[in-house]
Amino acid sequence: MRSVLYRGLVVIFALGISLWTLWPTFRFYTMTAEEKQNLSSEYLSKLKKRSLSLGLDLQGGMYMVLEVDKSKIPEDQAKGAEDRALEIIRNRIDQWGVAEPMIQKTEEGKIIVQLPGVLERQRAEELIGKTALLEFRLVADQQILEQTVRNVDETIQNLWKDDTSMVYLQDILVSYSGGLAVKESDVENFKKIIDLPEVQNILPQGYEFLLGKAETSEEGRIRPVYLVKKEPELTGANIKTANHTIFQGQDPAYAGSPIVELHFDKKGATRFAFITGSNIGKRLAIVLDGVVQSAPVIEERIPTGDAIIRGNFTIDEAKELAIVLRAGALPAPIHIVEERTIGASLGKDAVEKSLKAFVFGFILVIIFMIIYYKASGLVATLALILNLIFILAVMVALKATLTLPGMAGLILTVGMAVDANVLIFERIREELRAGKNPKMAVDAGFGRAMITIFDANLTTLIAALVLLRFGTGPIKGFGTVLTIGILSNFFTAIFVAKIVFDYFVGVKRAQKISI
Amino acid sequence: MEFLKNVRINIIGHRKLFYAISLTLVIISAIGLVLKGGPNFGVDFKGGLLLQIKTEPPAEIEKVRSVLGSAGYKAEVQTFGKRGEFILRFPSENTTAEAIKEVLETGLASTISIERTEMVGPSTGRDLTMQAITLVLISMLLMLVYIWFRFDLRFGAASVIALFHDAIIALGIYTMLGREFSVPIVAALLTLIGYSINDSIVVADRIREKLKNFGKAIPLGKIEEIFNSGVNETLSRTIITSLTTLIPLITILIFASGTTIFDFALILTIGIIVGTYSSIGIVASLVVDWYKRSTKREKA
Repeated sequence: MRSVLYRGLVVIFALGISLWTLWPTFRFYTMTAEEKQNLSSEYLSKLKKRSLSLGLDLQGGMYMVLEVDKSKIPEDQAKGAEDRALEIIRNRIDQWGVAEPMIQKTEEGKIIVQLPGVLERQRAEELIGKTALLEFRLVADQQILEQTVRNVDETIQNLWKDDTSMVYLQDILVSYSGGLAVKESDVENFKKIIDLPEVQNILPQGYEFLLGKAETSEEGRIRPVYLVKKEPELTGANIKTANHTIFQGQDPAYAGSPIVELHFDKKGATRFAFITGSNIGKRLAIVLDGVVQSAPVIEERIPTGDAIIRGNFTIDEAKELAIVLRAGALPAPIHIVEERTIGASLGKDAVEKSLKAFVFGFILVIIFMIIYYKASGLVATLALILNLIFILAVMVALKATLTLPGMAGLILTVGMAVDANVLIFERIREELRAGKNPKMAVDAGFGRAMITIFDANLTTLIAALVLLRFGTGPIKGFGTVLTIGILSNFFTAIFVAKIVFDYFVGVKRAQKISI
Repeated sequence: MEFLKNVRINIIGHRKLFYAISLTLVIISAIGLVLKGGPNFGVDFKGGLLLQIKTEPPAEIEKVRSVLGSAGYKAEVQTFGKRGEFILRFPSENTTAEAIKEVLETGLASTISIERTEMVGPSTGRDLTMQAITLVLISMLLMLVYIWFRFDLRFGAASVIALFHDAIIALGIYTMLGREFSVPIVAALLTLIGYSINDSIVVADRIREKLKNFGKAIPLGKIEEIFNSGVNETLSRTIITSLTTLIPLITILIFASGTTIFDFALILTIGIIVGTYSSIGIVASLVVDWYKRSTKREKA
């Protein structure tokens, strides 16, 4: 009799803690938009933090798996490249302003980025995937460029002799605002020529060809051609701040267009002053990830450490460039190896549909149990409801995320939770048929069924733990729910249900069991 | 209320019939799988690009196909959910969602909204396939060891054979229905394995309890009878449990069509029906035959 009381208190205590844990979740998801507006954002974010978080598949958003390409960087830099990349990506995302991003490294060294609510795929890709290596490089004089072009054509003439199908640089280069440019359709041919080892050999020592951003001219879409020093004078590593703004200067070609303003740190400013001071009249190319953004002529020594980048940007492009320059360059290029986006409406649809399925399934199972086991079916229902409360509370406490497969796991748990009750009830029925009195039948029924339930659930637990340990993403979400479900099931089906039975047959001394 | 009260169906006695049914089902599933060229691996495993789009006003599927085809895309187009909603699958991940959206908007004269995208590089897909196979094998092995430890090798082996049987038939029927094999399906198969072993253990547990009465000397002549009553006594539990699990799964099939858990519920529904059947008709039967053979050999 006393034991019933004590055990009952344990259950009530567990229930109390669970409900307390679930309260913020209940409050957050049942609030109307209007109520949310009236609350302070601080309170809301605190509430949200303590609520059950929904996976991207339920609330919409973007999921990316990134791989750092270490094939082109030296070994000493390759070590820890993922960690540095991760920090920089985190920095960029923070500055972009995404609420609750999740950025983590996997065991295989890949980087997983989850951006809830973000649906602008292209922008996110550019922001995260850009290496953002900014370099300032001196441009060779126009005569040297023209001489080099002639030298290249001579070299390839010797190489190809009479093969008339091949093109020469002079065929594809056009004059463009005082320099040279190549038509977009000829870019491939251009690259083929300059990549030839024979051509590489005759370029002026320490120089290479680079292309500018595509521009529109009378000839159509063209890309300017530059001959620049291989060694940068200065890199983005020395940037202190970067901002996007609108060009206020006199130059009519750029008036009113978005630009990025840079401010170098002390070391960078000194260096910049020296470079500009000793190269007046020359052009300085601003190169981002191997593409020349602009190549202004140095007019005077700049001692302040201020610079601007003009490159025919849109506002968004300028904003993104400023962010990536502030956050720093990635140690190596990264590739997006996996990407998933789910629209918010699709996620909402999934939540609604699975909730509906859940509620109907739940009610049908309860109806079945009550018809089949009468009052004992009610005990099973109680166990089932407690089971659900405990599962959700544990998920909140562990800060687990509810995903769509997790929802399915929850629905499946409802079916499986009943199994333990069925095993017990069938046993009790058998014992009653064998002529035992209610108390003995209950004790024997629970005792025997417990061994079976233990063995049966433990094997399912093995599968669930394998999912949890080795699965990724949605599979893990499912494994979480299943594992918690099985454990909570032990508690509710065996411990809780037994208390109710003990109360009726032990304390109330019921002579008949409604089963 | 109670159905299957005091049933005594001679299941073990008819085990040859059950073997025949199972063998037929396994063969049909295997042939189906071979004819379909294996499971219908989705973007998760093969790599590529998947787009779920909504067209407004709703476009016809033939039109979508022809627009994509004439733009030079090799795409698989499928209707999904409501009218005017499609799933497009591109074998190469090098196509961008934006490019396709532009092609479709011009060609169809409809507004396209992209509801879902999935892009998976080919190497990731390969990793995942290995992961899935390892997951299934590891859990089967762990279960074999557990049952071996708790019961005996015979029950362990018979249960794992039944698991293979359930997994192959479920996967075969699922594939023949033309559904796609994705990551959640791996999770479903693992659940199925966990669930189906559950049933086998309940039966094994009851038989173990009955065998205990005989101590070491299990009368060979009575073994069929002992096993059969074990199966029969747990019959009503096995069926009721399956029923209560099937109820919520079927509500998913009814209410959650057009979401990614539909496929998940589908393979589980098939699997649980097959799993229930195998734990009633196959597991105990296999153990009986094993007992008989090993004892015969010992005598000889």
